[in-house]
Amino acid sequence: MSKSIKKETPLTMDVFTAGIWKENPVFVMMLGLCPVLAVTNSVENSLAMGAASIFVLVCSNALVSALRNFIPKQVRITTYIIIIATFVTLVDYIIQAISLDLYNKLGAFIQLIVVNCLILGRAEAYASKNSFGKSVISALGMGLGFTLALVMLGGVRELLGAGQLLGYQVFSLDFEPWIVMILPPGGFIVLGSWLLLINYIEQRKTGKLVADDMASHCNISHTN
Amino acid sequence: MTEPTDNNANDVPPLPSSFSLISTLGVVAMLSGLLVVLVYEYTKPIIAENQRLATERAIFKVLPNASSRLTFLVKEGKIKLSNDKAKGELIYAGYDKDNNLVGLALNAAEQGYQDIIKILYAFNPETSCITGYDVLKSTETPGFGTKITSDEKFLANFNCLEAKVNQEQTGLQNVIKTVRHGSKQNPWEIDAISGSTITSNAMGRMFNKSGQKLHPVVTQNLSLLKTAKHTQGESHE
Repeated sequence: MSKSIKKETPLTMDVFTAGIWKENPVFVMMLGLCPVLAVTNSVENSLAMGAASIFVLVCSNALVSALRNFIPKQVRITTYIIIIATFVTLVDYIIQAISLDLYNKLGAFIQLIVVNCLILGRAEAYASKNSFGKSVISALGMGLGFTLALVMLGGVRELLGAGQLLGYQVFSLDFEPWIVMILPPGGFIVLGSWLLLINYIEQRKTGKLVADDMASHCNISHTN
Repeated sequence: MTEPTDNNANDVPPLPSSFSLISTLGVVAMLSGLLVVLVYEYTKPIIAENQRLATERAIFKVLPNASSRLTFLVKEGKIKLSNDKAKGELIYAGYDKDNNLVGLALNAAEQGYQDIIKILYAFNPETSCITGYDVLKSTETPGFGTKITSDEKFLANFNCLEAKVNQEQTGLQNVIKTVRHGSKQNPWEIDAISGSTITSNAMGRMFNKSGQKLHPVVTQNLSLLKTAKHTQGESHE
């Protein structure tokens, strides 16, 4: 049986916020890109997929963490898959009970959450090694980060592809929608654009930090 | 090869027994099954009600003059009064306030561009016309395939799409088919949406398939469909 040997780091705000931006599953770790590209043709779909993913991520991580000392290493992946598949089945029924229209719009992508590498990845890399509280908080942060990325993509695609946001007309009716944005290529274009922008900002920030560091180094050597 | 030292041998964790592995998987699977059954049992009536409401909405949308409806089950060329929970091919008859038959709502489905498209369409057996439809399920390409619900020129095909049954009452007199945009010449042809050929063709195929199968049955049992509401009203009294 697997037992945690290392002393655990304390639960800090970083555990929660890391998944939202610093270690964002889509923009930084590039995980779960299949639903990201497939369902983000509207904000409504993005929010629904995000909520479903948060539910599965938090519940599966909670259960994996709670059972981590009882799951033999040899069968851990099988066990995680059973746990994840269980919560995906639950979310499948729940969405059908909430709205059949929404269920039809999301299609097979609800069931495909089972193979979303973000969820299995977090179970293996984090929940199986950390306490219940930390696993739940981290999963919540990761889920919110995933949802944020979905909404960022869905927002741009719906706005340019239909001139609307959450079904409300934003641009005038004269606006000619960029149909390509709602189609699969639009997913790649918008994801690529967001990655370009985020990496540009990050690099500028890092470059500035390096420049500041070098400047302070030079100042010290000059003084010496 | 070097002999493993005592220290190295101690580092290798002992392999758990098969019983331990099987029991872990067994417990997790049981827990999983329990959770799924609990949620399934809880959501089952809610989902069934949602489906019933969706069907109800679709029926009254395609048959706007109907104020009540009856469900019939089609089996071996015969139809009999049934309910929404019955398994098999269901058709819905709409009646006005005076219990006169105003039309039928029939199911049709066909593979579209992305996935199967499911619709409920209105058929008037008196005029042999298909007079409209409601899309129950579609994941067609936004901006292209989704035009089947919004393109006015395409919807105009269904002011009266001819779906007459042949004299032998074995199928349709004319095959319903989709033709290239702007080349419709006959009342049983569907003028395709420009740029959505696959979806338009799927619509033509599904109307033809459903028409060939159901319209003869409807025609043969028309008197039953017409009088069912009256008969039901009398039996209630």
